[in-house]
Amino acid sequence: MRFTKDHEWVELDGDVATIGITAYAAEQLGDVVFVEVPDIGKTVAQGDGLAVVESVKAASDVYAPISGEVVEANGALGDAPETVNAAPEAGGWFARIKVSDPSQVEVLMDRAAYEEYLGTL
Amino acid sequence: MSSSMNTVGRPTAPVATAGDIPPTLTGARGLLQDEALIFELGGWNKTGVDLPPAERPADDLAGLLRAEPIGLPGLSEPEAVRHYVRLSQKNHAIDLALYPLGSCTMKHNPRLNEKMARLAGFSDIHPLQPVSTVQGALALIDRLAHWLKTLTGMPAVAMTPKAGAHGELCGLLAIKAAHEAGGQGHRKTVLCPTSAHGTNPATAAFVGYSVVEIAQTDDGRVDLADLASKLGPDVAAIMVTNPNTCGLFERDIVEIARLTHEAGAYFYCDGANFNAIVGRVRPGDLGVDAMHINLHKTFSTPHGGGGPGAGPVVLSAALAPFAPAPWITHHADGFHLVEEAVGEATQAFGRMSAFHGQMGMFVRAYAYMRSHGADGLRQVAEDAVLNANYIKASLADVMSPAFPDGPCMHEALFDDSWLEGTGVTTLDFAKAMIDEGFHPMTMYFPLVVHGAMLIEPTETESKQELDRFVHALRLLAGAAKAGEVDRFKGAPFHAPLRRLDETLAARKPKLRWRAA
Amino acid sequence: MRYLPLTPDDRAQMLGVIGVDSIDALFVDVPASARREGFVELPHVAGELEVERELAGLAARNVAAGSVPFFCGAGAYRHHVPATVDHLIQRSEFLTSYTPYQPEIAQGTLQVLFEFQTQVAALTGMDVANASLYDGSTACAEAVMMTKRVTKRSRAVLSGGVHPHYVATTETLARAEGMDVVHLPAAVDAEDAVIAAIDAGTACVVVQTPNVFGTATDVTKIAEAAHAAGALLIVVTTEAVSLGLLKSPGEMGADIAVAEGQSIGNALNYGGPYVGLFACREKLVRQAPGRLCGETVDADGRRGFVLTLSTREQHIRRDKATSNICTNSGLCALAFSIHMSLLGEVGLRRLAALNHQRARELKAALEGVKGVEILTPRFFNEFAVKLTKPAARVVEDLAFKGVLGGVPFSRLAPGAGMDDVLLVAATETVTGEDIAAFQAALTEVMA
Repeated sequence: MRFTKDHEWVELDGDVATIGITAYAAEQLGDVVFVEVPDIGKTVAQGDGLAVVESVKAASDVYAPISGEVVEANGALGDAPETVNAAPEAGGWFARIKVSDPSQVEVLMDRAAYEEYLGTL
Repeated sequence: MSSSMNTVGRPTAPVATAGDIPPTLTGARGLLQDEALIFELGGWNKTGVDLPPAERPADDLAGLLRAEPIGLPGLSEPEAVRHYVRLSQKNHAIDLALYPLGSCTMKHNPRLNEKMARLAGFSDIHPLQPVSTVQGALALIDRLAHWLKTLTGMPAVAMTPKAGAHGELCGLLAIKAAHEAGGQGHRKTVLCPTSAHGTNPATAAFVGYSVVEIAQTDDGRVDLADLASKLGPDVAAIMVTNPNTCGLFERDIVEIARLTHEAGAYFYCDGANFNAIVGRVRPGDLGVDAMHINLHKTFSTPHGGGGPGAGPVVLSAALAPFAPAPWITHHADGFHLVEEAVGEATQAFGRMSAFHGQMGMFVRAYAYMRSHGADGLRQVAEDAVLNANYIKASLADVMSPAFPDGPCMHEALFDDSWLEGTGVTTLDFAKAMIDEGFHPMTMYFPLVVHGAMLIEPTETESKQELDRFVHALRLLAGAAKAGEVDRFKGAPFHAPLRRLDETLAARKPKLRWRAA
Repeated sequence: MRYLPLTPDDRAQMLGVIGVDSIDALFVDVPASARREGFVELPHVAGELEVERELAGLAARNVAAGSVPFFCGAGAYRHHVPATVDHLIQRSEFLTSYTPYQPEIAQGTLQVLFEFQTQVAALTGMDVANASLYDGSTACAEAVMMTKRVTKRSRAVLSGGVHPHYVATTETLARAEGMDVVHLPAAVDAEDAVIAAIDAGTACVVVQTPNVFGTATDVTKIAEAAHAAGALLIVVTTEAVSLGLLKSPGEMGADIAVAEGQSIGNALNYGGPYVGLFACREKLVRQAPGRLCGETVDADGRRGFVLTLSTREQHIRRDKATSNICTNSGLCALAFSIHMSLLGEVGLRRLAALNHQRARELKAALEGVKGVEILTPRFFNEFAVKLTKPAARVVEDLAFKGVLGGVPFSRLAPGAGMDDVLLVAATETVTGEDIAAFQAALTEVMA
């Protein structure tokens, strides 16, 4: 699992990457009440808006950490947005992207580097 | 001793009880009734209006008639009165106590204004009846417009916008039209300070502009250097609130206007806080090109649980030709209404809404202005500013003013640094204020101040009420610092309801009643 | 001054607490060049009596609708409002509160909004409704812009039966947002014409029933055509009472229903304040503009109401909000809701039937007048007539005879080439004598 400074995580399996927000981000947001996941087939470039995650008093954009095409979205979050709080780095994933450039993943932080980064915040 | 009354067994004095107060059995609490929804009162075949049945069926509308039940319950008149009176008692109101919502100007609403707005000659006239039959209404709008132009030092005013945000929209549309007419239609950026009301960036985006934020200085004003660096050939306008949302007058306002104009952009002023300067400062003298005036704030038309408002926009000479239809013109035979942006009015950018604006609000605002007069309005601003500074000074030693140096204008802004280590948040503190009988201040706005508490008392509070408020806040501040966390975390305890689960409401939205 | 509680002594004491010696010291941040000493051109403080005199004088220069035979409609309707309504909306706790930001001490307003939303949803036949917008015309514009967000398309098709002020408002606002607004030529009975104008880039079609000429239309086929092309159907209603008799927008397949709610609970007020009704399908609600009230529970598990789905709104979402609206039409929505609660379904249906009956009586009275031709084929309480003289002139002549005899269409749309069309409405407030007076006056004017 790799991480971005915007607190997204990416897990690559073959050429498909699963994307979500980190436990730290989920805690910062508070109780998640809604997640707007992307449409399947949408093409995103690194840094584009990918999803929106909302608490009662805030809405945060989730940016695509890598470029590619959305092949799956976590529709289960529609009825159970609380999964993002309960299991942010597992069942609370947002979307799966068919990666166009796997090297974009490699340059992201590993867990140790991300934890170190969190220590600086 | 003998007595003519049998008092055996009848207590003659109240007895104090110890321990927890038992909850009531029905959910009611004394004067506070537990009131069901109208849909639960069983009035599916009831009506509180006596109307004769129609004499003939609507046989000419076959195929168009509504066949299924609509689902609207009815109440007899006594039931309706009870229902709404019971509900009303669960609301805080200006008429009950201080309502210090910063940026909202919750001042007393004179009842004379209500009486005037209900005169049949104002309330019972149709927006499209012949202009010759509404000369008094047009005269009133014209007089109100004269007051607004005079008080702001601006040459023109668009009367139709229906609220502040609608006024912002009107102002930006005029700016957009002016740029297009001047060959500057490529300008696509609007600059707003980080402390701006949410309506400012929302409005700019609505009109198709992208928003760039302007930094703020440590003393809560627009950072001139940052503004200058962001002004350029792509900037259409800046939107600045003055006095700003930190309750401070923008000292460099004239320079802000000069820089803006030098860059070919227009200066939109959010006039939400005009109450602080009315009668003392004319925005026209500051270089403003457009500014909305919230009649429901500065000029005291009632807030009505969320509206209606009215947001006329004063315009500079450069923007005046682009004002939307309709407007009033003067002729020998009286007032005329120009209702269509055609012919002589080809530069008008369009129309903000049907008809001619919020007449009911115009009558109230005009009655309010006439009552105060120019001298009274100046006193309004002075007392509003005095009251805010009095609160700031009276709480400065127990709470932390966000900008301690120098005076504030009509609202006093505190941050939450004084709560650090107490375990009490701004939200907790606000909820505890409810228990003490006050409506909380505006919280967590402006966004530039951590845990912001924005207190706007307005000029219609007496010194006694301000002292009562200060006393309550000082007691609460003392309790927070003394570690009485429970008093805050669970608050309110004495309101009609305890804290509500907003997460549940948002996760599983129930936006209407449905039969079980 | 009667609205200002501070005495000179109070002010002096308070300045002392603040630590300054004059009020001017509190305005020290105002540039010297912008400090005004006063406004000699404006009058000074005035007592109630004086203000009442001036305003009563202005009011007396207007012809109140209730003082004459009255037949104006075209988006604003004169109905009888029970006295209870105006009494209750003037309760301090409703009149002088604001947006329910603190739900624990605003349950009165919030429960009213929840009931209002349910009433509007039922009336329009839709799933959900919001807590009100400014008026019908801005609700129409908001609805059109919402369909751009939902469909990611930017073309709107408006029928020739939509109220011209609604068209102008929508064109002004939606065009600013980059939408392409197509408005079909004004036509008395041609809502169906929008079908031919739908293409693959169409975000929405907007139709009105009863339309501005009073024509009632079953728009089911239009809904089907719109949906087949991936577009949404917006149905506009300017006379909310009509929904007590006619099929609702929801029954006919509308995705969004917008309406002017003035006719229930609210006076004519020369055009404002009114109340915009906005209702839609449940799946679209996260793109809806304006406030929404929802049900929840408090810390003790008791039912309560809060503003919800607020992340759509400007105070949170800022430049990505679904609308810039903040202040809405709260008190007018309350008036609507109280009047609707008094009517109930039984009363609303009766009221609607009475309106329809009066309009048929008016039609019967006018169709015999020389130079008058009835244009509207199927109507609720308003219809269009074609005159052999310019309608604007006829209306002036009628006013001279003490009859407010409708709205010339040319006043709404001077360029439409329909200068001979007059819109006339009859509500339950119109009497048989009124109709007879109108008939007599019109006969004279048309002679």
